[in-house]
Amino acid sequence: MSEELFITKSVIIRDSKIIKNGKPFFKADPDASLSEFLKTIYKEEHLKYPKFFKMDSLSKLVYLGVELLTEGNIPDKKTALVFANSVSSLETDEAYAGTMGEFPSPSLFVYTLPNIMLGEISIRHQLKSENIFLISEEFDPTIYLDYTKALFQQKKTDNVLCGWVNLHNNEYDVFLWQIARSGRTDFNEEELKKLYLPTHE
Amino acid sequence: MSDLHTELKQSIIQQLNLEDMEVSEIENDEHLFGDGLGLDSIDALELIVLLEKDYGIKLTDPNQGKEIFNSINSMADFIEKNRIR
Amino acid sequence: MKGVAVTGMGIISSIGVNLEESFNSLQSGKDGISFPEILPTSYKNLLVGEIKLNNAELSEILDLPKTHSYTRAALLGTHAIKELLNNSKYDQFPEDTGFISGTSIGGIDMTEKHFYDFSENAEYQKYIQAQHPGFTTEKIAEYFDLSGTVTTISTACSSAANAIMMGARMIQSRKLKRVIVGGSDCLTKFTLNGFNSLKILSPQKSKPFDHNRDGLNLGEAAGYLLLEAEAVIRDKPVLGRVSGYGNANDAFHQTASSENGEGAYQAISKALNKAGISASEIDYINAHGTGTKNNDLSESVALKRIFGDNVPDFSSTKGFTGHTLGAAGAIEAIFSLLSIQKENMFPNLNFNAEMYETGLIPVSKLQNKQIGTVLSNSFGFGGNCTSLIFQKDG
Repeated sequence: MSEELFITKSVIIRDSKIIKNGKPFFKADPDASLSEFLKTIYKEEHLKYPKFFKMDSLSKLVYLGVELLTEGNIPDKKTALVFANSVSSLETDEAYAGTMGEFPSPSLFVYTLPNIMLGEISIRHQLKSENIFLISEEFDPTIYLDYTKALFQQKKTDNVLCGWVNLHNNEYDVFLWQIARSGRTDFNEEELKKLYLPTHE
Repeated sequence: MSDLHTELKQSIIQQLNLEDMEVSEIENDEHLFGDGLGLDSIDALELIVLLEKDYGIKLTDPNQGKEIFNSINSMADFIEKNRIR
Repeated sequence: MKGVAVTGMGIISSIGVNLEESFNSLQSGKDGISFPEILPTSYKNLLVGEIKLNNAELSEILDLPKTHSYTRAALLGTHAIKELLNNSKYDQFPEDTGFISGTSIGGIDMTEKHFYDFSENAEYQKYIQAQHPGFTTEKIAEYFDLSGTVTTISTACSSAANAIMMGARMIQSRKLKRVIVGGSDCLTKFTLNGFNSLKILSPQKSKPFDHNRDGLNLGEAAGYLLLEAEAVIRDKPVLGRVSGYGNANDAFHQTASSENGEGAYQAISKALNKAGISASEIDYINAHGTGTKNNDLSESVALKRIFGDNVPDFSSTKGFTGHTLGAAGAIEAIFSLLSIQKENMFPNLNFNAEMYETGLIPVSKLQNKQIGTVLSNSFGFGGNCTSLIFQKDG
């Protein structure tokens, strides 16, 4: 039984830019630091979520991306989360390792796992849904296709939020999208690549 | 309000990433956990680190934390009595 | 639908380097908890479930060349899968065999050892890539020439359970005919330090579900199952079936579990649903039971919500092995399957007094029992909760 699935929305955060559903949405000062960039988006979007400031950069990126993607509202609390990246939580691992010598920081250690970002999304949107985090060398549409198709086939969910969220050496690559049983864009490798691959101005 | 009280508020804001908070917004007797500032269990652990880093006080029993971190006042009291630096 | 067949197992942990040793330890109540000797940590007083084979010894057993770049987790994983392969009817794994491995550490052991050498000593640069958890999985896959679907799951303490779940799903959806699933994690200074900063390590041997429990002991291990579709089982013995699985997020806190055990409750409910059975059909539970104040209470509350006044016999085997993080779901799956095969419930070690809040008493001595259905729980940081149900074949 083959299920027809569709990409309903997408967000890309990369190179100081935000692209929503394939169209440029926001452009920040390219010389700003990552933390300045993140704060700018938080303010621009008029968000009020004090927990944001405690998150590491990876979770901040995902929190902001999901707010942008969903306009701050995920009505289906069973929306499954299927995420992946290549470097796990490396940036925060390094930051934590830097504190190991004298005063190990518990608040940094808490973020030294990539799936914590799924916990943060779940807490923010009160999703008690199925969630998985995979590691792959580069963005690979097939792992998302395979995994989500199985979820829909086994009737585990009606909505899936997918993400490729990578952060290393201050370079971030965030691609988030939602999948449902109806929509305008077919959910397949070609369409994903079209959305993901960098757009040139 | 002593320098220590202000110092503590500044440290807490910095250490716990309470970015949108000002020193003036934290009351001396306000509950830090639960209803007041709404700090959580990880924040409590960071405060234990702060005690050692800034004041040289090593808390052997983390459960003591509940009383010590009740408010800025109780924190300042405890530090005055036990500080090494 | 019948559960997915398990036709092979392989394991290494602080209680045994293979299935037989592990079973003997479980039967005789012999734990693997000791002070660290191989891990170069200054926390010499923290009890751990350490495998007393250093990397050189593991490399020799696996016949690896001196220039290899296997991380400790990769060595352990390879060792476990070697046992699985030796026990199977295969000389080598068929080409279409998939591989899904869970880990939380990946290759951090190599990074923390050689980070400062990277710029000066070219010999260690081969470990730079080891920081990517996928590298560890690939090294294991390389050893067995597994070139089909190779996937790494990183969801903290539920990683291996999620690998088993994903593998079972892929077989049921006919994406794969055969898949090796499980996880591998080793002890590192990084994790020891980190857990210590969270103040959830016990200064003594952990006491799961005991009223006076005061934390967990970290451990290292690797465990893998071979899952196969009906069409390819042929005459191989079926060691058990993965008949139910469920995953949910607790949505409460990054590292602590909710008071009402919501994530656990949902995961267990989903697993029962998938298996098509009612709660009363569970004969035994291999609990997550880490020995922390928080988990054991949260998990107990969830159990009471599901089972009411009839919580089945349960025990945590973490008193034997310590909390093996990304491998836990797999080694505990193996212990669950062993309990079905050998008709034994393994004891929850170091138990003296039940928690006042729940009054639940685990199985604290080895017991014989005909076991047809086992529930195995694995709850990870990030609120990731997974429950698996294993059933006897036939």
